[in-house]
Amino acid sequence: MEAGTITTLYDLKEYLTGVFAARQQEISSNDTPFVAAKRAEAFKLFSKAGFPHAALEKWRGTDLSRALNHEYHTLPELPSAELDIDKIFKCDVPHFETLLVTQLNGWYADRKNLIKVYPNGMIIGSLAAAFSKYPELISEHYGKYADDKAESLTALNTAMSQDGIFIYIPDNVTVEQNLQTVNITDFKQNLFLNTRNLVILGENSHLRLVQCDDSINHDVTFINSVTEVKIGKNSSLDHYKLQNKDDHTTLINSMYFHQDEGSSLSTNAISLNGGLIRNLSHVTMSGRHSTADVYGLYLMDRYQHVDNQVYINHAAPECISRELFKGVLDDHASGVFNGHIKVHRDAQQTNAFQTNRNILLSDKASIDTKPFLEIYADDVKCSHGATIGQLDAEALFYIRSRGISESNAKILLMYAFAADVINKISIPELRQRMDDMVKKRLRGELSQCEQCVLNCSTHEHNKVEFKIDIAKI
Amino acid sequence: MLSIRNLKVSIKGKQILNGINLEVKAGEVHAIMGPNGTGKSTLAYIIAGRDGYEITEGEIIFKGKNILELSAEERACEGMFLGFQYPVEIPGVSITNFLRTAINEQRKYKGLDPVPAVEFMARMEEKKQLLELQEKLANRSVNEGFSGGEKKKNEIFQMAMLEPSLAILDETDSGLDIDALRIVATGVNKLRRPDNATIVITHYQRLLEYIIPDVVHVLFDGRIVKSGGKELALLLEEKGYEWIRSES
Repeated sequence: MEAGTITTLYDLKEYLTGVFAARQQEISSNDTPFVAAKRAEAFKLFSKAGFPHAALEKWRGTDLSRALNHEYHTLPELPSAELDIDKIFKCDVPHFETLLVTQLNGWYADRKNLIKVYPNGMIIGSLAAAFSKYPELISEHYGKYADDKAESLTALNTAMSQDGIFIYIPDNVTVEQNLQTVNITDFKQNLFLNTRNLVILGENSHLRLVQCDDSINHDVTFINSVTEVKIGKNSSLDHYKLQNKDDHTTLINSMYFHQDEGSSLSTNAISLNGGLIRNLSHVTMSGRHSTADVYGLYLMDRYQHVDNQVYINHAAPECISRELFKGVLDDHASGVFNGHIKVHRDAQQTNAFQTNRNILLSDKASIDTKPFLEIYADDVKCSHGATIGQLDAEALFYIRSRGISESNAKILLMYAFAADVINKISIPELRQRMDDMVKKRLRGELSQCEQCVLNCSTHEHNKVEFKIDIAKI
Repeated sequence: MLSIRNLKVSIKGKQILNGINLEVKAGEVHAIMGPNGTGKSTLAYIIAGRDGYEITEGEIIFKGKNILELSAEERACEGMFLGFQYPVEIPGVSITNFLRTAINEQRKYKGLDPVPAVEFMARMEEKKQLLELQEKLANRSVNEGFSGGEKKKNEIFQMAMLEPSLAILDETDSGLDIDALRIVATGVNKLRRPDNATIVITHYQRLLEYIIPDVVHVLFDGRIVKSGGKELALLLEEKGYEWIRSES
């Protein structure tokens, strides 16, 4: 963020705790006693811990102080019941058939149908509405996987979030369509948003979920998003998080996955732009024979910052986790990768692999990469590797020797570097689209409005250009 | 086609080429032989325009132009091709896209419009048949997961597609089984024309049973110490490089 956007030295914690005290009734208007108790407990935790700061081990490389030094509004009003989301957004990915679920400023957008039950038993709706409608599911899962004690921003979310998306897939259901959730922010002032989602997959069920963030205006936004995901026995989730935000946005995206026996998870966070992005992928494997594939790609420049925190908790034997994170950083961009693998004493025959590879294009760009293996079992296979480098000179020469210009050869190599992660996308239309977006990003042609898989149809004229400066490589 | 005169090259202060003279005419095939570490690959890299070498003396004239000032891509656009000893893998970039980009950049250099897609695909098919390639190349990423033989065949395929005036094949025979070797050699022979030339760099005489050279040069200690007809290769095979060492 530019220095000019800092207005006052401001105590955001004091402001938010003040709002919580003054408007508690409004915040908890949809709460059941169970949810209210969680909220109160989380509020205490946040009040005590405050915002994360650089002295904390897991926040050493990410400085939130600039992002916190703004006057924000919080608790945005409910969207109008007449809101027609189709008029604001259209999906422009060819042949990308999705079941689209939208949020506006954190609120479930379809105010006329807060809960929808599908013929196969699938439930999609507002989390606030689900609190009282499905109290058993809520008390079994809500707040069970998110770690309010370890992450004060998660605690803040539990304390202050008002709504989000609730997804329930019953046993033995394969969801054929791709489920796409879009969180739109449209607010005329600086906005601090706590948005909360809960995804529950029963046994033997399968879901593909694409989560996108979008913004209509370009004011300063702080999005503190928490998603809890339960993947039941022998179920699978194929999950994507696509991030293409402007430089005024701080995006804290905390994902808590809980896997039962025989389940599989594939999650892929693709960060193309954003002022400050922190992705937490917290995976607990609680049953045998589960697999978790955790991938990430980040392409950052200017003063952008990206932080990927992965915590794989091998709590059961015979599970496999594979991590692959790759990034290109230019200008003054900075990055953090923190890969923590914990293998419990009885989690024998664990396979855990971790790779983080980075290309730095300028002297000022930086990456702080740290693997952390905590292993208490003796029969395990674990590996980790981190590389930081420049583009390979021999490969550049190879491409140039075919007549391809130096600048195009560099783009080709950066693209080849990123392709590893793009190729992990198993939805062909989405892979094609991300492929195009990465190419555009590398050529400096990607606009922020060309959001993830969506195009903001109302604000074409607001396009902001981002560019990795090839000339400086 | 190519004239190299008194070329002296060093890298990080260490002299590698000590005055190379080489004359290659259109329609000719030259073989450069020599033991390992005598500068064969360096010579190939320098002709093709690799950065990082210090050229202390001499000149390289290619089709009448001094090319030492040209970048690698400009030399390629002028009609130069280097078949690599160790072709580089480029994951995520299909051979089709790679070659189309290369051909179109070369066409742009010459002031020509991009090649139409249909024409390009037809050329791909034609060259595949010419080289008797069975592989489904089009959608594979450049060299990714290729065996050693496949990589070398892919180099020859690229050469066929780019139709250079001068092709330099750096140890294209190394690591090839006899079938792959035959395909590579057949490709070189079929692509041979009165208006192009080939330089084959090799350690062994074996490849020259399939590609008959007009001239054989022996490179030793950064210098061409002997040149002759194809019989020189046989002599080398028989007497070994020790013979050259004692001669020079």
